Parts: sequence; C-alpha cells; structure tokens
Amino acid sequence: MGDLIQIVVAKYNYWIYITLMMIGLYAMIAKNNLVKKIVGMNIFQTAIILFYVSTGAKRGATIPILEHGHGEHGAGAHVVHAVDYINPLPHVLMLTAIVVAVATLGVALALAIRVYNRYDTLEEDEILAKIREK
Amino acid sequence: METMISIKPLLAVLVSLLITPILVSSRAPNVREAWTFVAAVAKFLIVLSMLPTIMKGTEIVYTVAEFLPGAAIKFRVDALGMLFALVSSSLWIITSAYSIGYMRGLKEHSQTRYFVFFAFALSATVGVAFSANLLTMYLFYEMLSLATYPLVTHHQDHEARSSGRKYLLYIVGTSIGLALPAMLISYNLAGTLEFGKQGFLAGTASKPLIGLLLFMFLFGFAKAAIMPFHSWLPAAMVAPTPVSALLHAVAVVKVGVFSVVRVLTGVFGTDLLFSLDFGPVILLVASATILIGSFIALSQDGLKRLLAYSTIAQLSYIVLGVGLLSPKGITGGMVHIAMHAFGKITLFFCAGAIFVATGKKNISEMVGIGRRMPVTMAAFFIASLSIIGMPPCGGFVSKWYLVLGSLEAHQMPILYVLLFSSLLNAAYFMPIVYRAFFCRPEEAMFENTVQEAPPFCVVPLVITAVISVILLFYPQPFFNLASMMVQQITGT
Amino acid sequence: MSQQYPALLVIVPLLSALVISAAGWINKRLCFPIAVAALGVAAYSSIGLLLRVLDEGAIVYRLGGWDPPMGIAYYVDHLNGLVLAVVSVVAFLNLIASKKSIELELPDKTAPFYALYVLQVTGLLGIVATGDAFNLYVLLEITALSGYAMLAMGKDRAQLSTLNYLYMGTIGACFYLLGVGYLYIVTGSLNMVDIANILPSLYESKAVLGAFIICLVGVWVKMAFFPLHAWLPNAYTHGPSAASSLIAPLVTKVMIYVMIRLILTVFTPEFAFNILAISKPIVWLACIAIFMGAILALAERNLKKMLTYIIVAEVGYMVGGAWLGNRAGMTGAILHIVNDALMTLCAFLVVSNIAYKLKGYAFDDIKGLVRKMPFTMGALVIGALSIIGVPPTCGFFSKWYLISGAIQASQYAFMVALLFSSLVNVVLFFRVIEICYYEPFSDDGAHGHGPPSEPMAEAPLTMLVPLFIVAAGLVLVGIYTGDIVNKIIEFAIPQGIV
Repeated sequence: MGDLIQIVVAKYNYWIYITLMMIGLYAMIAKNNLVKKIVGMNIFQTAIILFYVSTGAKRGATIPILEHGHGEHGAGAHVVHAVDYINPLPHVLMLTAIVVAVATLGVALALAIRVYNRYDTLEEDEILAKIREK
Repeated sequence: METMISIKPLLAVLVSLLITPILVSSRAPNVREAWTFVAAVAKFLIVLSMLPTIMKGTEIVYTVAEFLPGAAIKFRVDALGMLFALVSSSLWIITSAYSIGYMRGLKEHSQTRYFVFFAFALSATVGVAFSANLLTMYLFYEMLSLATYPLVTHHQDHEARSSGRKYLLYIVGTSIGLALPAMLISYNLAGTLEFGKQGFLAGTASKPLIGLLLFMFLFGFAKAAIMPFHSWLPAAMVAPTPVSALLHAVAVVKVGVFSVVRVLTGVFGTDLLFSLDFGPVILLVASATILIGSFIALSQDGLKRLLAYSTIAQLSYIVLGVGLLSPKGITGGMVHIAMHAFGKITLFFCAGAIFVATGKKNISEMVGIGRRMPVTMAAFFIASLSIIGMPPCGGFVSKWYLVLGSLEAHQMPILYVLLFSSLLNAAYFMPIVYRAFFCRPEEAMFENTVQEAPPFCVVPLVITAVISVILLFYPQPFFNLASMMVQQITGT
Repeated sequence: MSQQYPALLVIVPLLSALVISAAGWINKRLCFPIAVAALGVAAYSSIGLLLRVLDEGAIVYRLGGWDPPMGIAYYVDHLNGLVLAVVSVVAFLNLIASKKSIELELPDKTAPFYALYVLQVTGLLGIVATGDAFNLYVLLEITALSGYAMLAMGKDRAQLSTLNYLYMGTIGACFYLLGVGYLYIVTGSLNMVDIANILPSLYESKAVLGAFIICLVGVWVKMAFFPLHAWLPNAYTHGPSAASSLIAPLVTKVMIYVMIRLILTVFTPEFAFNILAISKPIVWLACIAIFMGAILALAERNLKKMLTYIIVAEVGYMVGGAWLGNRAGMTGAILHIVNDALMTLCAFLVVSNIAYKLKGYAFDDIKGLVRKMPFTMGALVIGALSIIGVPPTCGFFSKWYLISGAIQASQYAFMVALLFSSLVNVVLFFRVIEICYYEPFSDDGAHGHGPPSEPMAEAPLTMLVPLFIVAAGLVLVGIYTGDIVNKIIEFAIPQGIV
C-alpha cells in the first residue's frame, strides 16, 4: 500500500493527466448532448497538453534564457548546465497543440450550431429519432 | 526443344480485341458483321501460320511483361495449345456465320453487345490456349468468365439474370476460391508458375499437400464442369444458341478442361501423379461425372439442357484420358477436345436452327421434324454418332484411343465406363433421331413440307457435320499435335 | 530547383490555400486555376522527387536549414517518394474532375472549398514527407480539420456525421500525440531517424511499448480499422462528391503509410515484429475487419455507402499485410496503398458523375443507368474488376503479394479472409452491374427485349477524362507492377525483413 501511494505521489502529474483524460473520454462516449461531448473532447486534449508541459518542468529550474548569452564567446566562459533550465521544447510544442485544439474546438462548435439549426436540438437521441422519422 | 520468339501469339489474342472499338462504333449491322468475319479469319490465319513451325517441333514464345520471376504475362505456343487454338479459331468463323443467321432470324436486341463480347471471349480463349504459365492462363480464364457473362444474360429477363448469377457464382467463385490460392501456394512452393514438361511441383511438397492442390485445381477450374461444380452449365443454356454452341460446347467448357489438362501435365506432371498414385482419384471423379451426367441427360426434355448434360459427361472423357496417365489415353483425351467440339457444335447449331425455324425447344415437340428439316436432322444424326463414338465420325478416333489407353493403363473398370457411357449416349440421342424421321404420319407434329432455317443457319451446321465425318478419315492435324505433346510429356 | 522539391511540395499548396481564399473575395473564378496550378506544381515536384530518390537514394531536407533534432527535417525515401507521387497525382486528377460537381453542389462555396481542398492536400503531402514525429501530428490535424470542413458542406446528415468523425478523429490524433510524448520522454528526440537510432537500447522499456501501442491505436482510429471504423461510412457518404472522392482514396491510405512508417523507421521492424508478440493478434483483427467490412457492404443498398464499407475491408487488407511481418506481405501492403488509392478514386469519381446527373446514388436510382451514362459505367466496371482483383488490373497484383505473404507466414486465416472479400466484392459489384445494365427489365416471356433506349446523358468531359485516366491507370499500374515492386518497393523495405 505504501509503495502504491509513493508511486502515485511521485508521479502525481501522470495521475492527474490520466484522470483528466478519462473524464474527457467518458464525456465523449457517455454524454448525450453534443456540446457536452465537445467539452469532453477539449478536456481530453487539455489533459495531453498538461502531460507534455509537466514533462518539461523541473523543480528549482528557471526559464531557458541565457542571461549573458551575448558577447562572451570564449570556450567554457559560461558553462550552461541543462539541469538549471526547464526543457523548453515540450512547451513550444504545446503552443502548437493548443492552437490545434482551439481550431478543432472552433470547427466542432460550428458544426454543432449547424446541427442545432437543422434539428432544433443538441441531444443526440432526439436528432437520431428525427432522422429516422424522415 | 527449340524455341523462337515471335509476336504472333499476342497478335492472335489481340486481333479480336482490336476490332471491338470498330464493332461498338459501327451502326450498320453489315459493317459490324463484316468486321467480325475479318477478325475471325485473321485470327484463324495467324494461328494457322504458326502450325508449320509447331509441327517442326519448335515452340513459339513471347513475353509481354514480367512481374515476378517465373510469373510473367507470357505466351508459349506448343502442340497442345496449337490444337486447342486451331479448334476454337476455326469454329469462330463458322459460328460467326451462324450467329448472323440466328440473331437476325430472331431479331434479337443488343446485337452489337453480343458481337463485341463474343470477340472478347475468343481473345480470352486463344489466350488460355497460348499461355506459358499459370498466371497468364488464370488471367485469360477470368477474362473469359467475365466476357461471357453478358452473353449468358443476353435476354435480360428474370431467368437470364438468375442464370447469370449462378454462372458467375460457380465460375468466379471456384476460380477465386480454389484456383487462385492453389496457384499462389504452388508459386510459394516452387518459385515459378511456368508450365514444365514434367510439371514444376515434383519434389516440392508432401503427398497430402499435393493432393490438396490437385483437388483445388481440379475443381477450381469449374468451367470443366466436373461434378459437383457442373450445374452452371445447364443454367447457362438460357443464352442464345450460338453462344451456347461456341461457348458452352467449345470455348468456355473446353477452356475449363484445357486448363485442367494443362495443370495436370504442366504443373503436376504425369510422373508425379503416377508416383503418388493420384491417377485413380482423377479417374474416379471423371467416371462419376461421365455416368451421372449421361443419366441426367436421359431424363431431359429440353434439347439444349440435354446437350448440356451430354457436354458435362463428354468433358470428363478428356479429364479421364489424362487421368489414365498412359500415352494413348492422354492422346485420346487431347484429340477428344477437337472431336467433341465439332460434334457438339453441330448439335447446338441444329437445336438453334430448329428454334429459329419452328420455335420449339423441347424434344417432345419435335416428333416428325425430320420431314420438315431433313438437312438439319441429318446433320444432327451424324453429329450424335460422333458423340456416341461410332464410325463414320471423328468421335470414334478419340474414343478408340481412350479405350486403348485404359487397356494400356490396366484400368479395366474405365473400359466398362467408356462402353457403358457410349450406350447411354446412344440411348438419349437415337430416340430423338428416330422419332424425327420414323414416326407415324398421324403422330407427326409438322406439316409434310420441307422448310429449313435460313441458309446462314443451315450452311454452318452442314459444314461442321461434314468436318466431323472427315475427321475420322483424316484426323492427322489434331492427332499429330496430340501425339507430339504426349511425346514431350512422356518422353516416349 | 530540384533541390527544393520537398519544400515546394508542401509550401506551394499551403501558400496557395491562402491565396485562394483571398482570391475568392475578388473573383471566384480565379480559385480553380490557382488550385490547379498549385497541385500541378505539387504533382510535378513529387514525381521529380520520386525520380531523384530512384537515382540517388533517400533525401534529407532541412526546413530553414536547421539541423535535427532541433529543426524539422523532411525525409524522403523510396517509400514516401512513392506515396507522395500517388497522393499528389490523385489529388490533382480529382481536382480537375471535381470542378463541375462543385459548381453544381456548392455554387456559393467554391472559394472556401478550393482553399480547404488545397490545404488538405498540403496536410497529406506533409504527413508523408515529414521526418519529424510531432510535425506529423500537426499536419495530421491540418488534414483532419480541412477534411471536416469539406465533408460538413454536404447535404442532409453531413454535419452530424462529420461531428462524429471529428470526435473520433480528435481522439485518434490525441492518442498519437500522447504516444509521441512518451517517445520524447524516453529518447529526448522527435526526429524519426534519431529516435530509431536511440531506441534499440530501450527496447525493454515499458514506456516504449506504451508509446508504440498508443501511437498505433491512434493511427488505427484515423484509418478506420475495424472496430474503430464507425465514423467512416456516414462521414464519407454524406459529404459532397468532390470532398469524398478526395478524402476516401487518400486519408485512410496515408494513415496506413504512417503506420508502416512507424513500424519500419521509427520503432524498427525488429522491435515491432520480433520483440513484441503482437503480429498474430493484429493479423486476426485485420481478418475480422475484412470479414466485417465485406458483410456490412453486402447489407447496403446505396452505392456510395457500399463503397465506404469496402474501404473498411481494404484497410484490413493493408493492416494485415503490413503485420504479416514478411517481405511479401509488406510489399503487398505498400503496393495496395498505391492501388487502393487509384481504385477508390475510380469508384468515387464514378459516384460523383452519377451524383452530377442523377438525384442520388442509391440502388433504386441507378437502374438502367448504362443507357444514360455508358462511359461512366464502363469505368465502374474496370474499377470493380480491380477491387475484385481480376488480372491484369492492379488490384490483382497487390492481392497476390498479400496472399503470398499470408502463405509464407502460415497465416491461412488471412488468406481465407482475402479470398472471401474478393468473392463478396464479386457479388457486390455484379449486383450493381446487373442493376445498371439490366434493370428495369421486362418479363414478357422468353424474349425480354429490354426497355426502349433512353437518350445518353453523360457527365461533362472534365469529369470523364480524369475518370478514364484513372481507369487506364488501374490497368497500366497492373501491367507495370513488376517495375514498381522491383525498382521502388524493394528499396522501401529494410533488408532485415525477409
């Protein structure tokens, strides 16, 4: 039991993102309302973004900007210790991923509006019933 | 074995394909039919021009495209292929003439489609004849299946369509379901698909696997109508009679048996079949088909359906001949391809001529027809003699060799099967002829005036009947080709 | 100039997508020529690129001159050279064919449609060309988003179907992203070649295993591998003709490419086939996919929807072939990417021709169609023969390799599934052919002489010519299979796979 708690605590970021992912997935599968599904989808995406961001973070490290980066060119004049800096790459990647997520959300909501205009409802079962009636 | 490279086999295949655009675009029936004749004659001449080379013992080879080592689209003209191509291309000319008489006589619809797919089917038939390997053969075999589908369903009515479905189900179902995997397994075993003189499977697989492959090939080429994959053939009799005549007595079914013969000799090899003792298995299947087919034919009233069952039985003679695995038997089987073709096509032509002239399809309605159509029924008589295997007809030659082969192979039961089957053949053909000519006047269903079908129908059937007789006295072209092939196979 | 092909391939369509949407404000008629020019350049450079790869071997192109692992590298070898050529040519032909049908179906949306079309092609070409795992994700989403937008332009249920596609597509992409995240954690790199170099020491790592499985599942969702296929039939059926005839041939095929790329380059065949013992179950899954695709297609009474289920079955062909783990199977899978793209394009172009002239493409609508549209139906027959796998059309030869692979791997179930699907395809297409050729039929005794002939009303030439090119292509690719396999695919598969 103690071990398990240790595992959970030591890698709490993973557990958080997995929980969020499952919440999102659940909403997408189980919810009847199209907008709730979209919300679930967004939670799902955000969970993965969180996962990436947390992998780049380090305790006690700082943003990756070299304070005296310019002007000192001598070898070993300014040794960079990677440990001192947050890994910037995952964060940069996530900027792109966020853009993608927002775009997806926009398209999804636009589609939901079109569906709503057409069927006057966002509940999936009602929509399907209306389709079957035709 | 000498070989020479020549584009002629490809030309022989393509010549009927090349005229299809002309056929499609020509509005006038005369132009269309003239072109059909041009192609038919051209094809025959191309085939004929290769005959001297083949008779000298040289093979003609042409590779179109190689897509895997040992599996190319490749033509090879040898004696057996020559024999078959000669039969089918010569009969195309005659059938074209007959088609004109028949189709115009009945004012059939969609005649352009009919002639186009006929041309397609002939390309495929000659393609099968000249294939150098299994892949090429399979290609043309499938092409033939698809090209004949519109011909079978020509009438477009409910019956034609359901027969068409049955036709496709049997033919394409078995070729994709059995022959294709058998071909692939063979390729993976032997690394080649090229027909060899003694096959290419020897020493590559265990006996059970060879047995399985034999089963898959034998039934996979369902055009050979070996039971239990035979019932598409009677169903396909809904097609117009010239189609039944050429395709279901000559091209399609013969492509089936030709493929089986090719596979038995060129893929397995007679030595392998002999050493593994698979000959009797083939004989059993073939004998069963012969006897059951003949029995069913006895009970048929529709003339074309009777002919269909007779064909099923006769086709298995060819398989039986090869299954004997003795030189004389194989020769007899191969010669039977030609002999049966000329006899059976005459019978179908007669059935069609009767239908054109009187509209009758059933035997029970043909009492006394001999007085109305004496020429047709005389030809019918000659042709049925040929099928029974009696002199003075070509069928006697092949049956004689089959009997000799069964003696040579010490297969006495087969001898009895052959004799009994001849008896059955006589039993279903002779009553038709007898009642056509020798019924009492009050029984006759026709007026006592001679009224034959149009000359385009009658002349072809007279020609084929005469050829059937000539083939008894002069079987050399086909006989020599068959013996050459047997010599190559058995080395004797 | 030829040095810049990899960049041109992606950047020209990308920029022209912007230009098209701007041009749409000025004059709608400008959009089509720009799109044609852009995809023409893409097709030209992709073929040029393929020829260069054939001469020189794999090409690495660094975008902006940044070296990997920092910069993004485009990596073109025989495998994606081939796929690039197919994608760009298919997209180009379909663009020409779709002009009239877009004008008819979406008269007031031509400008956005062409912009999205070109954007979609950008994404597809990018996915295939890129050598960077994360870049692939971004391009995946570009493809998907432009695809959603195009499909949603259809009538009736299109929006709802597309929304379902969007949910599934997003899940698929997110899974892939997650898998890449794990890979990045263990290797610290996003460059595919780089990852492949680092991985061998980490084969035992659970994280690598997890990354692989998660990536694979993500890609499967995107390619509609049974049972993750549910989004595909509706989305493809309800979209506008021009959109479905672009997306149906290409998107699933490109996803198959991604899967093969993951197996061959990123995770290496050694890992995928030998260390993980998952080949057999996946081939079984593929068999089920083929069976189910075939059976579901049988139940359809609508030509377009029937074709979508055939796609589901074809995806099974390729997944199964790739996972047989031998050279013949992999060759078959790669060859089938090419062939199936052409076959599906041919079939969907036929559908868009029908949609252009008739009110629908359900079986009831297409009775006796051959008298109205003989050329279109002729092309359908060729496409059908290829999908069935009749030589000498190309479909036969890929099936040949797939079945050979199945025999060599002793996976006879896969062989049976392929043959079964061929037989079902015979039934499917001959049913269509029967309806188009012989209905409405008359049962007036022995001699049904067919209905009176209707006047011919063919689709316009701009739709017919591309269709004929594709149909001829099916036969030509079949005849030149030997060259494609020996000169291209042979080099695309690592020597390790026998």
